[in-house]
Amino acid sequence: MGFKKFLVKRAITMFGVLMATLLLTIILVGSNMDSISKQSAALDIRQQVTNNKSLLSSFKTTEQLDSYIDNQVKMRITALGLDQPWYSPQRIGLSMYKILTLDFGHAKFLTSDSGSSDVRDIILEKLPRTILLFTTATAIVSVLGIFLGAVAASKVNSKIDKITSGFAIISSSFPVWWIGVLMIFVFAFLYPIFPARATPDVPASDPRYLGSLLYHMALPLITLVIIGFGSWAYLVRNFLVGVLQEDFITAKRAEGIDEKHILFSHALKNAAPPIVTILALSLSGSFGGAIITEAVFDWPGMGRLYFEAISVLDLPVIIGATYVLTAFFLVSVFVADVLYGYFDPRVRRQ
Amino acid sequence: MSFSARAVWKEFSHSKIGMTGVSILLILFAMSIVAFVTIPLDSFKTWNDPASWLLYPKSAQPAWVNYFQSEKIPEHLILSPVSSSQQLDSVTVLTDSFAVNYQYDGFPSDFIYQYAAKYSGSPLLQISVTRPDGTDLHLVSTSLPFASNDTVYNSMIFSTQNVILKNIADKRSNYAFSLDGISSEKIIFSKLDENKILKGLYVFHVHLYDVSTKPVLEKSRLILGGQVYGVMGTDELRRDLSIGLLWGTPLALFIGITVSIGSVVIGLIYGVYAGYKGSTTDEVLMRFNDIIYAMPALPLLIILAVTIGNSIFLIVGFLVIFGWVGIAKVSRSMAMQIKTLQYVEAAQLMGQKNYKILFKHIMPQLLPYAFASIAISVPGAIITEAGLSFLGLGDPTFPTWGQILHDASSYSAAARGMWWWIMPPGIMIAVTGLAFVFMGHAMDGIVNPKLRQR
Repeated sequence: MGFKKFLVKRAITMFGVLMATLLLTIILVGSNMDSISKQSAALDIRQQVTNNKSLLSSFKTTEQLDSYIDNQVKMRITALGLDQPWYSPQRIGLSMYKILTLDFGHAKFLTSDSGSSDVRDIILEKLPRTILLFTTATAIVSVLGIFLGAVAASKVNSKIDKITSGFAIISSSFPVWWIGVLMIFVFAFLYPIFPARATPDVPASDPRYLGSLLYHMALPLITLVIIGFGSWAYLVRNFLVGVLQEDFITAKRAEGIDEKHILFSHALKNAAPPIVTILALSLSGSFGGAIITEAVFDWPGMGRLYFEAISVLDLPVIIGATYVLTAFFLVSVFVADVLYGYFDPRVRRQ
Repeated sequence: MSFSARAVWKEFSHSKIGMTGVSILLILFAMSIVAFVTIPLDSFKTWNDPASWLLYPKSAQPAWVNYFQSEKIPEHLILSPVSSSQQLDSVTVLTDSFAVNYQYDGFPSDFIYQYAAKYSGSPLLQISVTRPDGTDLHLVSTSLPFASNDTVYNSMIFSTQNVILKNIADKRSNYAFSLDGISSEKIIFSKLDENKILKGLYVFHVHLYDVSTKPVLEKSRLILGGQVYGVMGTDELRRDLSIGLLWGTPLALFIGITVSIGSVVIGLIYGVYAGYKGSTTDEVLMRFNDIIYAMPALPLLIILAVTIGNSIFLIVGFLVIFGWVGIAKVSRSMAMQIKTLQYVEAAQLMGQKNYKILFKHIMPQLLPYAFASIAISVPGAIITEAGLSFLGLGDPTFPTWGQILHDASSYSAAARGMWWWIMPPGIMIAVTGLAFVFMGHAMDGIVNPKLRQR
């Protein structure tokens, strides 16, 4: 199988996953969504009629008014296609088509900072912040991890190796969000160095906004790095130890090449495929974990948006955010696949 | 690739890290048994019922903080009585004595006497206290409401009741300072020359006098209010955290072990079947596997918990849905290797049925891997459930560690410095996870001999 065919196959699977997740989400929230849309349509029409004074005065009795409103609501519901049950193929197909074209509709309760209730606006406002926090964290974690892992791999069973492995195992057993709560406790209240709430306190239009954003980002960033780099170092170490036992490394050593040079350019290059894959996967995985982490630190990104949407059951936002989170997750899984296939030709032939 | 159970165990028992894991796990099991035996299921069900925690202090630190302090913080004491009864002519006198050796550097915040009296007629209840310096203070005498036949009367006497202050005022000449505006517990526990705590043995006497019949005092308890309590302290809702933490242990073990066993069994059967069948069946099953594998688990778990329900059994089920996929992938590739081995082909040629080959010849080869995966996937399940509970999506009827942390964060425990509310649940989650990680690590080393060189 050629590389192109491999790519196409992966892309089709990914698209299937996206559709399946979307379908599952719609099925799960569909019936709730249905009654909410109907209620909001009825409310909308009642408001329109009561605001229209001349129309209102043309009715003699309240029964007349009520029957008129009922008629209008029915017409609206038919026009919106809400007369069919939510699980009818047309309805589901329509909602999926709308979501695919990034038309998420309007949020019921939540708004963006600028006041828009369009779900797309809300998501576009929150998404960059999540990407900023988690990409920065992943970058720091991977640099630290690769360096520490390389050092540990070059001195197997030394003190630094054992400390790295031990730290990796212990740090990965703690929930990130619990460490987050602890960090807030220690560095925001016991020793007030950083702010406890990660939401910047100046409006986005202010020139000092960026500085404030970075300052408020410090605590969640430190937490993510502390929790993350241990297991990274451990992974890198394990891959490198495997590579360092290969014959070509022994040959390089026999040539008299500097040990540091062997480690950082020859061995690391060969350990690159799994490392890059895990890098992509951990980045996407951290987006999922963002829900709890951002809720703890009150970081105004996608994760907190998702949490808020869940707590008030704002379904359009839930569907939109799930879609975007899934899409990001899949894109990084796909990139990881492609990179792996690119680095390691054996995968393509499977 | 063949393992005998004894050989695996022998190697496992030599692994230091594996045995550490086993010992931690044994301790956790012991804690679960203690929880089952000492704390009745009913009291654990009342975790969310504020009425059952009235006698406990609010946001009290653990009692052992006093070991690290020169100024001993008064401990919240719930005292049980020593009972005796006496017959004086026609009068029965029932006496409950509460002795407390008060050695703290502060006054108790208040005291409450709680009782249930079974009597007929109209008995007289009297409370007095003998102080370390030998003086007696008369606190309360009150007659219980008249009852013509046997009744049970539940009541409490609070230190804030005015009658206590009035009764103490009789002894005001003993004190070298004015008693005006000082609350009763600060007088009772005070030195005579200045208003400072008098340390020593205090004995509270509760007398119940009745002429007609012999009364009975039940649930008789004296509570001295304080700021530290018990092994783990209490939370904002007066709940004893040690009970919640203890009960969290069997719950966490149940969630972790059920989820991991469920996931591994499903994944193993699914993967082995796909790998053994091969061709189209394999392709279809693996594409389905890919779909679940690539779904973002946490958002979907949240949606499931919100829309379908958050009972603990449902959450276990949801976690299994996302837990089995990785194991299915690995066991498929292992099954594909094993099925090419000659003894499997021989079994096929002999006409053995497919399911027999699967369960008798292939599955047993995967068992060590299965056990390692069970151990390794437990912490993930516990952490994920804790995360859901932390977001407030857990089963409210079962106090898991995540739930305790959820309560802590909703009462902003971090901002108020209530470390005893935040630290222990997280440490318990991590320690439980570590036990399984250690065991899985040791198992992994045995199952994959390649890892040993590393």
